[in-house]
Parts: sequence; structure tokens; C-alpha cells
Amino acid sequence: MNIRRGPEFSRIAGLGVARGENAVPNEDIIEPINSSDEWIRKMTGIATRVRANADTSVIDLSERASREALEAAGLEGGDIDAVILSTITYPHMTPGGAPVLADRLGSTGAAFDISAACAGYCYGIGQADALVRSGSARNVLVVGAEKMSDFVDPADRSISYLLGDAAGAVVVSGSDTPGIGPTVWGSDGSGAQLIRQTASWLEVRDDADTAFPTLYQEGPSVFKWASFKMAPVALQAIEAAGITPDDIKAFIPHQANVRIIDQMVKQIGLPSHVAVGKDIVDSGNTSAASIPLATERLLRDGDATSGDLALQIGFGAGLVYAAQVVVLP
Amino acid sequence: MADKNEILAGLAEIVAEETGLETAEVQLDKSFTDDLDIDSLSMMTIVTLAEEKFDVRIPDEKVKDLTTVGDAVDYIAGAQG
Repeated sequence: MNIRRGPEFSRIAGLGVARGENAVPNEDIIEPINSSDEWIRKMTGIATRVRANADTSVIDLSERASREALEAAGLEGGDIDAVILSTITYPHMTPGGAPVLADRLGSTGAAFDISAACAGYCYGIGQADALVRSGSARNVLVVGAEKMSDFVDPADRSISYLLGDAAGAVVVSGSDTPGIGPTVWGSDGSGAQLIRQTASWLEVRDDADTAFPTLYQEGPSVFKWASFKMAPVALQAIEAAGITPDDIKAFIPHQANVRIIDQMVKQIGLPSHVAVGKDIVDSGNTSAASIPLATERLLRDGDATSGDLALQIGFGAGLVYAAQVVVLP
Repeated sequence: MADKNEILAGLAEIVAEETGLETAEVQLDKSFTDDLDIDSLSMMTIVTLAEEKFDVRIPDEKVKDLTTVGDAVDYIAGAQG
């Protein structure tokens, strides 16, 4: 029996992003939660969150980001052997969104969705790295895309006001040099209730009083877990890559909350020269899209450049998490 | 195992580090929220650092019951066994 082998290394060959068309300031959402611009900034660091037009779908956002990533990589849809779409807001249980996206892009490669919430992008990078190096795919498109605004309750004070709509996409291809370090990942299902959909679809079906499901989180518990339990994971990813924190040029965590990001920086002990992704201030928490968005922002603002080593870590509902060191495209 | 005075002193250091308050302001009868202006996220940071410092476990669902500094000192003293 034959087996396949791929190139020794993989890398991120191109990046693309698509933010929701509207920047929604805190003032526009505070009334139903009886809050203030000052309180939201103090508790989260968020000034605006990007939200998509009603007629823009999560696949529309994905397509825009993917076309940009393909162009940056110098590839066309037909060159993509696998499409991995990480989303928790594609509004169909089946079929998945990835085949629909692949078809729009002109790819007939393998296509599947993953449900790893805010860790989904890093889960996708880990899978893409493995697919390329095993020879299962030459080029893999990894997309983190969410239209969170379809699943928010404007009166919810736990999470809804944080959330934005966006997609981030990268192409992962073979490389002559290491471009994606080992993925350190895991889960803690004992915390499954900490970030959740408010009701199952069966409860909606069976109980006329059950409202359309939206997202909910136990904010302080999630803060504690993310701020203090994820720093060791980040350090493991650095160690697994065979580098030290001094070698890192950029830290790009999931954009959950500026307070979490700041505490993680402290707990990891990152040197002051490391650029820290804080796109959340303007884009909000866009779940699986947030790391590519923050990456794009650092590159656009000149805080990081192509070829830099970046530490990225995603964490969220599950609970699930994944981290790896990557070379920025 | 720390006695209650030592727990108060250790907790005051953690609160001062997190909030910028003077350690002398962290007294047993002070309310974390009303007197010390500590929000829910800072409270979780203080709880986590106290867990590490005193080698105790403070479950998330117990944190809401820790209204005053004295409540926290008592809980930590009890949790030390």
C-alpha cells in the first residue's frame, strides 16, 4: 500500500480579511443593556464592533476574505485542495458552509466546517499544517468566519455587546523553511456551560416560550480561565517551536477582551518589544475571525512585518484552545 | 498555614497590585465593590492570585458571596483546612 508524504514544512502563503460593513459604536447598543460607553470601554476595551448588513451572509464574508487570501498567495480557487471553514454562526446544520464557499471560489477540493468557536482559526491552522505536510493537500484554505449579530440578544449583558461580524482567511501551502510551529491544543469540556447557546434547537421546537437561541457566557469565569489557564498553553507553543519569548515579534491572541489580552501578556511574561494584537478595540470580538483580523491590522499598521514570528492562541466555547507560532505572511 | 492577619496582609498586597490602592485601605469591613471599587474581572484576578498565594481553591460560584475583605479572609482561612 502506498502512503503519501508531503513537503517537510508548511507556511501561511496569503492572508485576507473581510469586516462587517458597519462600525457600530458603544452608544448605539447601550440602551437595551442599561450601560454606558465608559463601562464597555473599561470592562472590554471595545470602542466599536463591526457588524454586517442584514443581507450579507457568513459565506459572503468568507468569500471576500478568501479571494483576498488567494490573490495574496498568487493562487486561484482551483488550486485549493481543501477548504476548512471554522464558524459557529452558519445557520444550517447541514450541509456545511465550506462546500458552498469552495464552489463559489471554483474549488472542488475537500471542504468541511469545524466547530471550535474562538479557537477555530488555530484549530484550522493546525489541521492545514498537517494536511499539507502529510501530502493530503497542496494548498489549504483556512477560514474563520462569523456573523455573530444573527445570534445576539441586544438585552444580554453577558456577551452580545462584545460581538462583531467578520471573516479572516489564509492559504496554507508547502514551504522550504518552517512556517508553522507545532500546534498545542486541547479542551476542557467540564466548562461547556460557560459559553453557550441559550437553548437547543429541540427546546425551541418543543417549547413555544423558548426564545430564538443566542449566545451567553459566564463572563468572570471565562475571564479567569482565559487569562490564567491560557498563558501556560502559549508558553508550551513557544517551547514546542524551539524558540524563546524574546524571539517573538507579535502576540496575536483571540480578541475576546482587552482585559484578557493584557492579563495574558502579563502572565506569559512577554518582553515589551512584542507587538500585541488589539484589533478588538475597533472590530469587537469576531470569534473565529479575530486572529486573522488582528494579524492583518498589525501588518497594515506596520507593527509587524512579513517574515516575523508571531505567537497566536485561540480559546473559547467548549472549552477549547489551540496555539502555535507562525511566520507572518 | 497562614493565620487571619497574615491572610489579610497577603490579600491586601494582591488588591493593591491589582487596583493601585494602598494596602492600608484594604480592611476587613471594606466591601470589594462599594468601598474598593473592584469590578467583576478584577475580582477574578484577585481571587486567582489569592488561590496561588494561599494554596486554596475558591470556586467561581463562591466568589459572589465574598462581599467584604473579611468574607474573603474567612473563606481562605477555612479553605486552608
